[in-house]
Order: sequence, then C-alpha cells, then structure tokens
Amino acid sequence: MTETNGTAGPREGRALLTLQVNGEVHEFVAPAHHTLLEVLREELGLTGTKHGCELGECGTCAVLIDGEAILSCLIMPQDCEGKEITTIEGMADGPELHPLQQAFADNGAAQCGYCTPGFLLTAGSLLQKNPSPSREEMKEALSGNLCRCTGYLKIYEAIDFAAARLRGESAEFPEETIHGYE
Amino acid sequence: MGTSENGKERSSDLKVIGHPIRKIDARSKVTGQTRFADDVVLPRMLHAKLLRSTEAHAKIVSIDTSAAEAMPGVKAILTGDALPETFGILPVSQDEHTLCIDKVRFVGDPVVAVAAIDEDTAEEAVRRIVVTYEPLTHVSSIDDGMKPAEGDDRIQSYGPFGNVHKLVNLEFGDVEESFEDADHVQEDMFFFEGNTHLPMEQHAAVAYFDPDHKLTLWSSTQTPHYVHRALAKVLAPLSAAHIRVIACPNGGGFGGKSDPFNHEIAVSKLSMMTGRPVKICLTREEVFYCHRGRHPVLMWMKTGFKKNGAMTGMHFRSFLDGGAYGSYGVASTFYTGALQTVTYHIPRYKFQGARFFTNKPPCGPKRGHGTPQPRFALEVHLDKVACKLGLDPAQMRKDHLVPRDSVTANYLRVGSMGLGPCIDKVVEGSGWKERRGNLPEGVGLGLACGSYLSGAGLPIYWNAMPHSGVQLKLDRSGGVACFCGSTDIGQGSDSVLAYVVAEVLGIDPFDIRVVTADTDLTPVDLGSYSSRVTLMTGNAALQAAERARELLAKAVAEKLEIPVPNVTFAEGRVFDAEDPGRSMTFAEAVQAAESKFGTIGTVGSYVPPASPAKFKGGGVGPSPAYSYTAIVAEAHVDPETGILRVPKIWCAHDVGKCINPALVMGQIEGSVYMGLGEALMEEMTYRGNRNVVHHHPSMLEYKSPTTMEMCDVVSYVIEDPDPNGPFGAKEVGQGPLLPVMPAVANAVFDAVGVRVDEVPISPEKILRALQAKARGQEGRTGPSKVPEIAWKPPMRVPPPWEGGTGEALPREDARVKH
Repeated sequence: MTETNGTAGPREGRALLTLQVNGEVHEFVAPAHHTLLEVLREELGLTGTKHGCELGECGTCAVLIDGEAILSCLIMPQDCEGKEITTIEGMADGPELHPLQQAFADNGAAQCGYCTPGFLLTAGSLLQKNPSPSREEMKEALSGNLCRCTGYLKIYEAIDFAAARLRGESAEFPEETIHGYE
Repeated sequence: MGTSENGKERSSDLKVIGHPIRKIDARSKVTGQTRFADDVVLPRMLHAKLLRSTEAHAKIVSIDTSAAEAMPGVKAILTGDALPETFGILPVSQDEHTLCIDKVRFVGDPVVAVAAIDEDTAEEAVRRIVVTYEPLTHVSSIDDGMKPAEGDDRIQSYGPFGNVHKLVNLEFGDVEESFEDADHVQEDMFFFEGNTHLPMEQHAAVAYFDPDHKLTLWSSTQTPHYVHRALAKVLAPLSAAHIRVIACPNGGGFGGKSDPFNHEIAVSKLSMMTGRPVKICLTREEVFYCHRGRHPVLMWMKTGFKKNGAMTGMHFRSFLDGGAYGSYGVASTFYTGALQTVTYHIPRYKFQGARFFTNKPPCGPKRGHGTPQPRFALEVHLDKVACKLGLDPAQMRKDHLVPRDSVTANYLRVGSMGLGPCIDKVVEGSGWKERRGNLPEGVGLGLACGSYLSGAGLPIYWNAMPHSGVQLKLDRSGGVACFCGSTDIGQGSDSVLAYVVAEVLGIDPFDIRVVTADTDLTPVDLGSYSSRVTLMTGNAALQAAERARELLAKAVAEKLEIPVPNVTFAEGRVFDAEDPGRSMTFAEAVQAAESKFGTIGTVGSYVPPASPAKFKGGGVGPSPAYSYTAIVAEAHVDPETGILRVPKIWCAHDVGKCINPALVMGQIEGSVYMGLGEALMEEMTYRGNRNVVHHHPSMLEYKSPTTMEMCDVVSYVIEDPDPNGPFGAKEVGQGPLLPVMPAVANAVFDAVGVRVDEVPISPEKILRALQAKARGQEGRTGPSKVPEIAWKPPMRVPPPWEGGTGEALPREDARVKH
C-alpha cells in the first residue's frame, strides 16, 4: 500500500507475516489487527474465500488450517504461521476439479455459489476424517454453514456422490433428486 | 424440430430443454472464481463507509464533520444536501434521499458517507462525525400508525392521512349478498410477522467515474435497469447515457437486492468527487437495515361457503406495517389482495388494504412478494372450514379449482392450471388418506396450496417497450454470443438463455458466450424479480434464436440446393432432414449466412399479453402464466413444551415445462427451505419501547434453518405446459414457498388440536394455545382485532359472470351502493 493515513493509533500496527497458502509461501506486511479472512482477500488476492457476517456466525469464510475447517474471520493470521492453509483456490488440482467440486457443479449444489467455498472445504475436511459419513454425520459437520438457496439437500447429495467416487465406487445421482418422484 | 408459436409442441426431440445440464457458470462457482461485487478491485480504489442514524425518528439539527475532515487519508465526505433529488423503486413513491437531509426515519437510516484510503480509515472517520438530533414521536406498530399525526410527526409527508401510506378498496360483486347465499360463513384473523431475505452475500458496490466522465457502477443488484434509472435521476445533469450499471452475479437475492440503494448512489457521487474508484461493502448489520423484506401483515378474512365447500364470496382486509419508506409497498399492498382468486373459484371478492409508515427499515418484496401472508390466511381458513363442514381438506380444494383458460372475479386470466394433479401427488405420496387422523397424539399432517406469477404482466414504469430483450451475435467462427440485461442471482438465468438458444440452433450450450446485466452492452431486461426471467427472457431468446436460424436456413438451403423447410439444426451441424448426408458444420452455416446477408445479428423481445383488468389497481396480479403448488407437511409437536419439528414435506409444483429439471428441483427445495424458516422461526422484530431498535440484526440471533432444522423434501414436478411460456415453461423460484407456512399450521392443528393463526409458529405460541385449550378456552393463538378504518367508497368492478367488462363502474354508482 502506497498511502497511509499517517496517524499513530492502536490500528496502526503492522505485522510482517509468513503464511503458507495452497502450498505457496507468502511473505507480506498487513495491518496487525486484520483477520485471516481480510489478509487472504485483500493482501493475497484470494477472493474465493467469501464472507457473510465477519462475526463467526455463517460459515461462509471457512478455510482449512492443517486440514481442519476454521472460520477465517475469527482467526488472526499471526496464529496461522507455520501451518498449512488451504482455500478454495487450492482445492482443485490445476484445471482438474476435486470430486466434491465436480459433484457440486453437476448436481446444482451451488446455486448462487456464495456459501459454496465454505461448504466445499468443510465437506472436504469431513471426508478426510470420515470417508462414508451418514446423513446425520453430514448434517452435524455442516451445521455451522448457512446456505439460503438450496435447503442443503443438493449439497448432501453431492457429498454422497463425491464420497462414493473418492472411495473408488461408482456413483449416480438418484433419479428422483434430478427429476422428482414419479 | 418445429418452430411453431412459442415452440410448445417441441417435445421428444429436444436435445437441451428438459435435460439436467450443468449450469454454464457452475465451474466458476465451485472454484470460488465467480466475481461478486466485493471481489471487484480496481487500482487507486477508495473505500466508503456510511454513518447511520441512531434515532428512530428525529430532526437532524446539525452535522459536524470537521474532525473527520481533518483525518489524513480521508478523501471525501458526502452529506445529504449535496444530493437533494429523491429516488425510489416505484414512480409513486420517490421518497428516499441518498443521505438524510432534514430528518431520519429509522435506526440505520444513512446520514453521512465517507471515502478514505482504506476501510479502517473510513470507519474511524465516520466515528468522529457528530450528528445532533431532535427526536420526534416514533411509530413502531400498525396500532401506532392508526394514531393521528400531523406535521413532522408524520414519517412521510404524503399518503391519505397521518402515517397511512396507501389505502385500497376494490369490490368485484356484492359480497354481503353472497354471504346471505352461504350455508356457512367463516370469519378469521391472522398475523404474519415480518422476516428478511438474509442473502449470504452482504451488498457491495464499486463506482468509478472515469476521466472521460463516464460513470460505471458494479453492484450486487437484482435490477440494474432500475439502479440505472435512479442514478440518472439523482446524479442529473449527468446523462443516463453516461452511466453504466453492471450487476455482478448476486450471492443470493430473494428480493432483497431489487431496490436502488443509498450506498450505490453514495459511492457513485464519492467517485465523482474524488475521480477515483470507490467501493463499499455493507456489514451484516447494515444488510438488516437495508431490509425490503416480508411485510408484517395483520389480516381479516370472511368467506361464505356452501355445504360442499364451494365459496360464495370473500371479503379480505390486510394491514401492512411498511417501515419508513415506500419501496415496493404500494405493489405489496395490492399483492396481498391479488392472488386469492387464482386457485379456487371465488364468485365475488372484496379487498381492502392499508399500508402504514412506521419507523423501521422499509419492507418490500421477499420471495412471494405480498402473497405468502394472504395465502397463509386463506389456506388455514379453508382448513378450518373443511373441519366444520366435515370435508376432506384436499378433496374440498380439488372440487372447486379455478378452471384452466378462465378469467377470475378480479380479472386475472388463468391459462394452464395443474393444481389438481399437484394435490393428487402430495395426497398419495404422504399417505394423506390413510395416515391423517390415525397418527399418534402430537403427530399430524397438514395440506395447503398456492400459486404465483411467472412475471408481472405490467412493468413498474408503464410503457409499451419490451420487458425483456435479447441480442444474438453469430460470427464466422461459429461462435454465438447472447446479450441480455437479466441478472443471475443463483437461479441459473444465464444458463436458461444458453439452453434456449442452444436448443434452437442445435448447438452445445457451453459453446455460447452469455453476456448479461450490463446496461452499456445488453438490451434492457427489467430484472430478476416476480419470477419473470425464465418466461420473459426465455421468450425473447427464443425469438432472437429463431430469427437467426431463419437467416442460416435460407443461406444453407441455397448452398445445399435443398428446400428451406428441410434445413435442420442439431448437434453442431446443419443438414437436410431427408438426406442428413447433405450437411455442413454450424460454423460453415454461419459463414454461408454471413456471405449472403452480411454480419449476422438478431434481436428478440418480449411483451406480456394485455390484461383483461382495465380498472385502476388492476395492474398488480396479471401474469402471462401462473404456477401452482400443493404441499403436505408433517408436524411433530411436544405437548409439554410446544416444540415443533417438521421432519418431512411433500411438495408438488406445476412448472409448465422444465427447462432444466435439476435446476427446477433446486428451486423447489430452496423455496421449501425458506418457507420452513418463515414457518418455524424467522422474524424481523424491533424493540418498540427501546427507540425501535432491531431485536437482533445478526445472523446468530436472527434464526434461520441450519442443516439441523431443514426437513426432508419429497418433490414432484408436474408439467402442464403453458402456451405463453418458452417451451411451455412457467415459474418455480417463488411459488413452492407459499404453501409451506399454512401446511405447517394445519399440521400442528392435526397434531395437537390447536390453531396458531400467526407466523412464525413458535413453541410459545403453540404452548399458549394448548394452555388455553386446557383451561376450556379456545385453543388458539392469534390476533383478536383489526383496526377500524374509514375506508373510502370501493371501486366497483362487476365480475365477468355478472356482465363486467374489466372496467370499474362510475364512482357515483359506488356511492349509491355503499
């Protein structure tokens, strides 16, 4: 940043940060009071991490820190140094979508797409620990993520589908989830 | 593939329409790369913050910005006097200022805007501004709104009197006489609490007034066309032709981003003042203050019934708590009385509606706009009557459906009508006949139906121009670009354009580049509201694509030396239907057409059919087509605590024809979800005795369903193609929400025998009704009175079957009658 407001105050502190994000090391200076959410979006340009409240209420800004889904609006980047941070930009393998991303895209689990990065990363963390989650386990794991578009149902179906693929099983979306019941 | 009127008879050979094809932007969304408004970052960009009122109703005595101005890094400070011109979504209620000038009207009303080098500096500057207020009497409820108010104590200086914003009085036949013909007259009162959209994305906007004096605004808006109008009005003499509004994909809208907003105009002006791009992103708390959500509505309904459940006439009154500004409120008021008539036959109908100004964030359109509240009233009212008459609530509804291709008492033209099959599906699926009445205490089933518009038949600004326009550009590479002003708010409207064009031209939808929601580049589409986009942009796209196909067919026929009607488009090729070997690629077909006709571009536009309603006020309700929904809800009530769980909902929706079944399912499930939130928990409430501050302007305390509360949904898609829809398609984004709340209320009655005539149906209301019942009183929670209003004589419009023509009778006749 080339301009500063030039006043000394509690908000004027700057932090020199070294973060490992999506396998890349970034060294940069940011206002010391800015959250991980803010530095990801504003300093590193990783705008795939969205925000819905900036108060830890909606789950939209979830990222993975050493594989755990964490709300980036509630954590300071200083506390993430030396840890591996994964954002939505790090989920696909180059142009190859992660099976969860593929399933969300194909099944309409992303409507407006705004809560989607948070859901994908949280679901990814769940599948890492539990490759065959029951519907109840899925609900529990996603209970901190709000979605206003889908009613969550297409999200569950997409996770079921991706989980099967990740287990090496073949999977189809049930006919009634695409066309409705007969 | 036939090209007939609206393509409705295309069926088995459809390659794209009716298939579950991935959305064209789905990969961007799952990789987080969709560029929402807050993701727009420009070089030299400043950040803005708004100072909002801490008073509910007060005169502004003074604004001292000197301490903020003195702060390094502060680049511009804007106060209301710099922008005296008013704006508002409706021409009849241009009552908003960019920033308040003389008075503030609710806690959260914006007063000052600051642009600074970063968000922290802007925030600190706002904190250093001192505003002195002189409080005025505040109005926190409909009851308050009934009190006389003069001068400054009126929230707005217009409206019939006091804090009444709008009064409506329409009569379609003599309802008093119809009650005399009835075997049973039912009278009920209901209250529907307000609630809000709660889109996951907080509103954001970026404005840039460039050195060539052109203004560009990127915004999370559902209605770039109306934002364009508002900017041109407020920023005059800046010409509308120099203003460009780009609606970014919306991170959820649901109606909450359909008004032009203060912050959009403020950043535009700040950019003009500084010559630099200016961004604002509202906090979640500010999103609650933008609101424009569901109106709280108090309702009274009186209906005459024959023993078989047929209605003889209905008299309905609604009282709307509108908040501090007009917003869509006049339309909302009419909508509370509009769609009662399109489901079951009502021979005579009277509607009286009143909207009040109160010192709260303005209400407006939320999914279902003004119709979920009366639909709740009507469907619970019918359930009560079915009980009294000893009729099955499902059969009673089915026996009296509005016939297809008919006109209602209030002159709404119904075309296709698939409600009967919808009722059959949910009755069968839920085991209604076997299970209802045979479930254990505390478990119950409830049924309700609904209907919604596929776009409003009349535009907000009455004119003869198209509601939707599409331009296609075809070039010699075989590339097709589709330009349309519509805005994708997550429902998939960009994809619908691609599907329709791809179907007609026989190409892959992923080969089409869709450019939308940019007032410089795209023809006007009025916006993503009133479930209008699939039907209206779909028809415009169909027309543009068919015109392009006609040009290509002529050129190809000449080249292949075959008759024009033989030319067929499929799978990226153009060929002779009788001899498919005679063919060329789609790109070659475009080259042939470009050689013959020059550059290939076509346009399509859509204007809805004229409405038979010719009376004043008849502009709200008409639609090219109505969707229909039936829902059965299962309720589990704990009689000790009143705690209500809804484990399952069966929903059947008549969508006309699926453009994409997977997206239709998504809209059904999402609507049921949002309806469930309204039924169980969502409420936008204020502390009337604490300066009318919001009870809970945060996502934690404004309760909405998480994965733990969302129910299972069994969906049925009914396809009853409508001649006015593209390929027969009708709406699905809003209709399935409507029956959820009454179905849950009716299920609660079936479960524990008490009536909650209010929304949300919270545990304490159920418990209160159970306790009243235990004391031998009426087992009911709900309102017991409605305001007495001195209505002016009604506008009388005799229904079609009483010799009416859709015109109102002269006022004199009205006075003689009542």
